[in-house]
Amino acid sequence: MTTRTSAPVEPPPETPERRLGELNPRELGRWLWRQLTSMRTALILLLLLALAAVPGSVIPQEGVDSLKTSRWQADHPTLTPIYEKLSLFSVYDSPWFSAIYILLMISLVGCIIPRTFVYLRAIRTPPPTAPRNLTRLPDHASYGSGESVDEVLQRAREVLQERGYRLRPAQDGDDFVSAERGYLREVGNLVFHLSVVVVLVGFALGSLFGFRGGAVIAEGSTFANTISQYDDFEPGSLFSADQMDPFVFSFDTFDVEWQRTNRGVLARAFNAGLTYTDQPGSDERSYDLRVNHPLTIGDTDVFLIGHGYAPVITVTDGEGNEVYSGPTPFLPQDQSFLSFGVVKSPDAQPGQIGLEGLFYPTFELVEGNPLTIYPDDLNPLLSMSVYTGDLGLDVPTSQSVYVLDKANATQVLNDEGQPLRLDLSIGETATLPDGLGTVTFESVQPWTRIQFSQTPGKELTLLGVVLALIGMCGSLFIRPRRVWVRARAGSDEDGSATMVEVAALDRSGGGDVAPVLEEIGDERRAAPPRAEEKQ
Amino acid sequence: MSNTAWETLSDQAIAVSGIVYFLALLAHLVEWSALRGTVPVEVAAATASTRARSSEGSVAVATGPEDEAGAGTGTAESRQRVALFGRLGLLLTMIAAVVHLTSLVGRGMAADPNRVPWGNMYEFTISGTFVVTLMYLVLYRRFSLAWMAPIVVAFVLSMLMVAVIWLHSEVTPLTEALNSYWLVIHVVSAVIATGAFTLGGMTSAMWLLKNRKGDIATGPLARVPSLATLDRVSYRIHAFGFPVWTFAVLITGPIWAHEAWSSYWNWDPKEVWAFITWVVYAAYLHARSTAGWKGKNAAILALVGLATLWFNFIGINFFSTTSQHSYAESAPAIVQPVEASTPSLSAR
Repeated sequence: MTTRTSAPVEPPPETPERRLGELNPRELGRWLWRQLTSMRTALILLLLLALAAVPGSVIPQEGVDSLKTSRWQADHPTLTPIYEKLSLFSVYDSPWFSAIYILLMISLVGCIIPRTFVYLRAIRTPPPTAPRNLTRLPDHASYGSGESVDEVLQRAREVLQERGYRLRPAQDGDDFVSAERGYLREVGNLVFHLSVVVVLVGFALGSLFGFRGGAVIAEGSTFANTISQYDDFEPGSLFSADQMDPFVFSFDTFDVEWQRTNRGVLARAFNAGLTYTDQPGSDERSYDLRVNHPLTIGDTDVFLIGHGYAPVITVTDGEGNEVYSGPTPFLPQDQSFLSFGVVKSPDAQPGQIGLEGLFYPTFELVEGNPLTIYPDDLNPLLSMSVYTGDLGLDVPTSQSVYVLDKANATQVLNDEGQPLRLDLSIGETATLPDGLGTVTFESVQPWTRIQFSQTPGKELTLLGVVLALIGMCGSLFIRPRRVWVRARAGSDEDGSATMVEVAALDRSGGGDVAPVLEEIGDERRAAPPRAEEKQ
Repeated sequence: MSNTAWETLSDQAIAVSGIVYFLALLAHLVEWSALRGTVPVEVAAATASTRARSSEGSVAVATGPEDEAGAGTGTAESRQRVALFGRLGLLLTMIAAVVHLTSLVGRGMAADPNRVPWGNMYEFTISGTFVVTLMYLVLYRRFSLAWMAPIVVAFVLSMLMVAVIWLHSEVTPLTEALNSYWLVIHVVSAVIATGAFTLGGMTSAMWLLKNRKGDIATGPLARVPSLATLDRVSYRIHAFGFPVWTFAVLITGPIWAHEAWSSYWNWDPKEVWAFITWVVYAAYLHARSTAGWKGKNAAILALVGLATLWFNFIGINFFSTTSQHSYAESAPAIVQPVEASTPSLSAR
């Protein structure tokens, strides 16, 4: 700063005057790189990564449970826009989360590449010469020996070599043996950190080129693997439609065992009997799809996720036209399989008809309350309320099939002016008031929710994690050690010809080298030692 | 034996093991109260163990209460009392562990079909605490864990009480998604890692306490090994737990998730927290070799890791509603009659 006093004078061009701490771009870059690749930064980034992962476990995530997310958003109208700006509904794809792990990766690569070169140099270098004063090392022992200096050193070499130590080539006049082992620790370390990069690449491949999708399929229907058949489909950003495997399957049978337990009746061992062909023209095969037992067709994995009931409902409008007919999947609300569902028939005349209500697999009226007492469909009952008017289906926005838009619809009332409720058993038909039409409950079919996914790179990811584990074990359990043995012609005060000093150093900082010393001492010593160690 | 008999046996065994743990805790408390006024043993113990080491070779590792307590310079009578109660506490802990194991076996046998006892929170907790005890007993000699006895026993006892009072549930068959051999591999490794991290966390906490009070203190703390030893023991236990945790949450977990839920990583809250725990322990291992972070900060990181671990183990199941791992949900007692007034169901 003091140079500034002579401000108008131009500084000599060869040595441009610089303020303290001022860096040219190259130096700045180097400084930044040093900072980024330092262990301290890596540590802070690691902790930041842990911290950044927290919100995603608290706030519902679009990629994890979109239904829950949209409900949460509806419940929190003030917070939602703020959260959306901060990408808090998709934390793990958000720019700030990505920034942390990308920086961490750069830091990691910037750390391991130079370390690899250091390591390559290190394995070509022989173990260093012995420090002048071995007794200054924290772990050491000294004792007298009856053997000559050469004999002692020769024995030390043999013992250490047997134990897998690498020896410094002996030179004339050396009064010591220098040995080192545990070179693989650093290899493990490097393998671990490289594997983390491999895992990340594998993970990225999966999320870029893969897809996840699901479909609710009623018993007896056929599914051809095209995107239009999916109820929900989440492709990776680089996914292309020609990756879809051209398989077709029919969902023939559904079996479920109901098991009475003290926690209620549980669905056990449910399986969907499928008949499938890999591609058009190939042989038909059959497979019992069960939870935990996915079917792999080509690159696509097919999973059974859940099941429920689909009442077959027919709606006839006021003009006598069948405007809705077919199995309608109802969503189970809990283990009792009380299920909720919606029917929309926008084409009905004179007015649109919307039905919303519950399905009771085994209906029973207990003290005036409608209940389901068993999850199997022993006495199925459909209980729906009716809406008419504008169901909001004209606008081309996508609408959940399980939500009835009642904003512009009115509830149909019965003769007493109460909301109308249709209670239908199988085969029954109800006539709607005001000439709206009729609703028939034809039968019940089971449905299964089947999930499909392609995860390219999953083998690579697995390989990466396994390598990381192996590398990690190497870096944690291999102990790099240096051992020195020095022998000098003895002072002969206690009758021994040679004074021997042994010292060991654990270079990882985690080890206790005293046992090493003992082992070597045990092998080495001829006379009882005079050891002086401290920890 | 009938399933109900097995279940009763399991419940009674857990109660008995709780009582025996309590007696063990009492024994250890008597042992430690007898230590009051003991002068620092660090120096004495060090010389004693060095002597032992150099003369007898590998027997040098301090051998339990006799050895360490004996190094104190209290009266002969108090020394004897310390040794007696230390041994008694250890013996009681062993008995409690056997009964604890019986309870776990009973849990598995009570289910129809028989299964591993890891179907719900209660079972996870009693298994996790068993592993903590088991690892403590296994490592007792190797790492001279006598100083840890009251902490471990008190911890296990309180977790068992939490399990019995709040988490207890009757034996039920596994839900379909849990019915896989991956349950055995995944949960065994997760529980072992949890046990190891818990012991490591106790060591780190003791390191912090001792660091605050100074390496040489009088009274009970004097019996705790030196800071350097604590740090090394803590590192060793964590270094064992970390790969096992990696195996549990980053290898077997994703493989199973892929089979059951179609995607190997779902960012499910349980997975997220397992990942957070992993990252924190990775940071701990790095911190130990970073200037400015070793020692205090590393020990704090280990405790943060432990907090995330136990939060994940218990907390997530109660606080998160989205987790596919929430086995804590109170499922209907029977197929519970679900009321539905009118089918409008605005609040479904």
